[in-house]
Amino acid sequence: MSVDTVSLTGWGRTAPTTALRFRPRSYEEAAATVLGCGPRGSIARGLGRAHGDAAQNAGGSVLDMTALDRVRAIDAAAGLVVCDAGTTLHRLREVMLPLGWFLPVVPGGRYVTVGGAIGSDAHGDNHRAAGSFARHVTEFTLLTADGEVRTVHPGTPLFDATAGGLGLTGVILSATLRFRPVTTSLMAVDTQRADGLDDLLARMTRGGHRPYEYARIDLTARGRATGRAVLVTADHVPVHALPASARRTALALRPAPRRPGGLPFLSGLFGRLSASALNEIGYRSAPRSRTGELRSLAAFFHALDAAPHSNRVSPTGGRVHYAFLVGHGQEETLRRIVGRIARSRCPSFRAVLRRCGEGGPGWLSFPAPGWNLALDLPAGLPGLARFLDSLDEEVAAAGGRVSLTEDARLRPDALAAMYPRLPGFRALRAELDPTGAFRSDLSRRLSL
Amino acid sequence: MKDAFGAPQSLLVLGGTSEIGLATARRLIAHRTRTVWLAGRPSPALEAAAEDLRHRGAYVQTVAFDALDTESHETVLGKIFTEGDIDMVLLAFGIPGDQERDEEEPLAAVRVAQTNYTGAVSAGLVCAGALQAQGHGSLVVLSSVAGERARRADFIYGSSKAGLDVFTQGLGDALHGTGVHVMVVRPGLVVPDSAAARGTGGPLATIPFTRTPLVTTPGAVADAIVTGLRRRSETVWVPGALRAVMSALRHVPRPLFRRLPV
Ligand SMILES: Cc1cc2nc3c(=O)[nH]c(=O)nc-3n(C[C@H](O)[C@H](O)[C@H](O)COP(=O)(O)OP(=O)(O)OC[C@H]3O[C@@H](n4cnc5c(N)ncnc54)[C@H](O)[C@@H]3O)c2cc1C
Ligand SMILES: NC(=O)c1ccc[n+]([C@@H]2O[C@H](COP(=O)([O-])OP(=O)(O)OC[C@H]3O[C@@H](n4cnc5c(N)ncnc54)[C@H](OP(=O)(O)O)[C@@H]3O)[C@@H](O)[C@H]2O)c1
Repeated sequence: MSVDTVSLTGWGRTAPTTALRFRPRSYEEAAATVLGCGPRGSIARGLGRAHGDAAQNAGGSVLDMTALDRVRAIDAAAGLVVCDAGTTLHRLREVMLPLGWFLPVVPGGRYVTVGGAIGSDAHGDNHRAAGSFARHVTEFTLLTADGEVRTVHPGTPLFDATAGGLGLTGVILSATLRFRPVTTSLMAVDTQRADGLDDLLARMTRGGHRPYEYARIDLTARGRATGRAVLVTADHVPVHALPASARRTALALRPAPRRPGGLPFLSGLFGRLSASALNEIGYRSAPRSRTGELRSLAAFFHALDAAPHSNRVSPTGGRVHYAFLVGHGQEETLRRIVGRIARSRCPSFRAVLRRCGEGGPGWLSFPAPGWNLALDLPAGLPGLARFLDSLDEEVAAAGGRVSLTEDARLRPDALAAMYPRLPGFRALRAELDPTGAFRSDLSRRLSL
Repeated sequence: MKDAFGAPQSLLVLGGTSEIGLATARRLIAHRTRTVWLAGRPSPALEAAAEDLRHRGAYVQTVAFDALDTESHETVLGKIFTEGDIDMVLLAFGIPGDQERDEEEPLAAVRVAQTNYTGAVSAGLVCAGALQAQGHGSLVVLSSVAGERARRADFIYGSSKAGLDVFTQGLGDALHGTGVHVMVVRPGLVVPDSAAARGTGGPLATIPFTRTPLVTTPGAVADAIVTGLRRRSETVWVPGALRAVMSALRHVPRPLFRRLPV
């Protein structure tokens, strides 16, 4: 097992802190690390794609789980996979697609570990149809503070505390996942432009029959164009829809076309100006309306990929990711917030609106029925701290919440209103982990 | 823990009655700071400062701390860190001395040097060690523009700040990569916020620099510190224009510099 002292941040590259990083290669090494951790505790870390400080632990131990990446068993008939928690979704996709199975939920691209996806109960563009990640976990093994390894099943308090539990109940060592059947590696994609927020919400509410749906909102557009967006909906292409000649290679992994790498760099350099330019390009270059475009799975999900180091391109400091959710019927709040962001002329990037369906059982799990807007902002914007605090207030007043895995700045006292099941979570932790063997910068900052 | 904007939740001010220190504490309490430790020589002023911050919503404790009693620093400061993480330490104690008297009474000059330099080295090292152990935090040290180039009018104070400044820069380099952030703050002449608001008339007019834009206030220094935390700056000049002014003044030949009205 390798050990080193490193300075770590989340994907947003704000608030670095230093920890001892252990890289266990076996469950026993992981258990030894947890039992041997000092008074500042330990926390599991996957690929560090959480934007905030969820997977770092100042002055303590961090278990880098990426060396525990074996796919242990596959049931090709039932679509079940048993794998270590450090396995990436990218790898699982490569292994399972040729067998006719696809990831049930794809959060933020491929570079996410199974442990991270459970720890943040990640959700994807198909949340309304598929729910969040934990719904597809039939069991996992959890290394708890006492050094024991427990097998945890859905429907138990430990499962519900761990799904979205940010690594604070223990270290997930392995998991059994249920995949969804597909017959081709192609997606049929519909694209349409909405010329303002009302138009967008109407289109999204009207709905279609495609399970994947997201809208890229241009939050730099103001006036009547406020909230204009490109709405993308998609579904897997069934094999019978392909011409006979293509059916033999229906499940072949098709690489995605390369994306130009230069644009995000510009975004860092020129801030507001390039934000509106990029948003403008994004909006104008999308077709007004196109249906049934065929794209490879890679190309479709590539748009969300957080490729290694792609967060380093901004020379002007870190990013803050603001991801919140308000329930159905709270469109007025959503409208107000979108309007405020647009008027504030924040150079926001990658703003995505999704409509979430039923929430999972996770006590600190983020997704719930309603509107989920997520956007990136440069952390160096003057006045941003106060601005986001005031958005939190609107979100909380509407009964909504801010995502904890993505958070790097929430006010601790705003938490209780957003996560009503927090007392249960705290009680379970107090019982399971009385000495606080599992801690993270996030848990300290928010007193979780 | 500090948030993405570098706003600390807990603060330790060394020199608990310092105008600049308290102005900074007030700013930070308006952001995320909930716990404040004011370390200083026990006095009614120290208690009054604590009371004021409590009214602003922070949980405030005072601790007896004397910069000159370096023997006690390890115990006194170490104890504070055992009670919980400190996200930011503000080293704000210091005495300007009285140049004329200090030249005549070497022991008085020694006191300036010991407070501003030796005392700060000792307290700075103790805090740096504790911050390093917790793996995060900022150490913010109030240096002074007076340490940048010797002036006839205040070189005893200036030399103590020069030592402190170099010490802090070196400490920052030593702690680079440990998660601990060290920031040197170099204010120009600091006049009370109220005097600055009243304009440059009155008794202040007799102080050199008062008419120039190089005068600042505790509030402005506090704002610069908050911005510096957000940017994780290593050096902060207040006002910002001092950076350019001083880099020019640094190269003025001594015969000429002696005759400048600075
Ligand atoms: C560009 C981008 C887009 C994204 N889009 C989405 C999205 O659409 N939907 C969504 O839900 N999320 C999204 N995310 C967030 C990402 O999916 C989650 O943060 C995910 O948890 C990251 O996984 P990771 O392996 O990198 O985990 P890390 O970031 O390393 O850790 C995340 C959390 O999981 C815990 N954890 C990690 N491994 C384990 C383990 N083995 N046992 C216990 N706990 C563990 C950590 O302690 C931490 O609290 C996006 C991120 C990026 C960068
Ligand atoms: N004012 C300026 O123009 C200016 C300009 C540049 C830099 N600075 C520096 O900025 C810092 C703060 O300035 P300020 O204007 O806020 O100063 P201030 O209001 O005069 O405060 C100085 C503080 O130092 C404390 N102190 C002095 N000797 C001490 C000792 N032996 N042990 C413990 N504490 C001691 C004082 O405590 P008591 O209450 O016990 O005396 C007081 O809290 C100082 O380091 C100063 O040198 C000031």
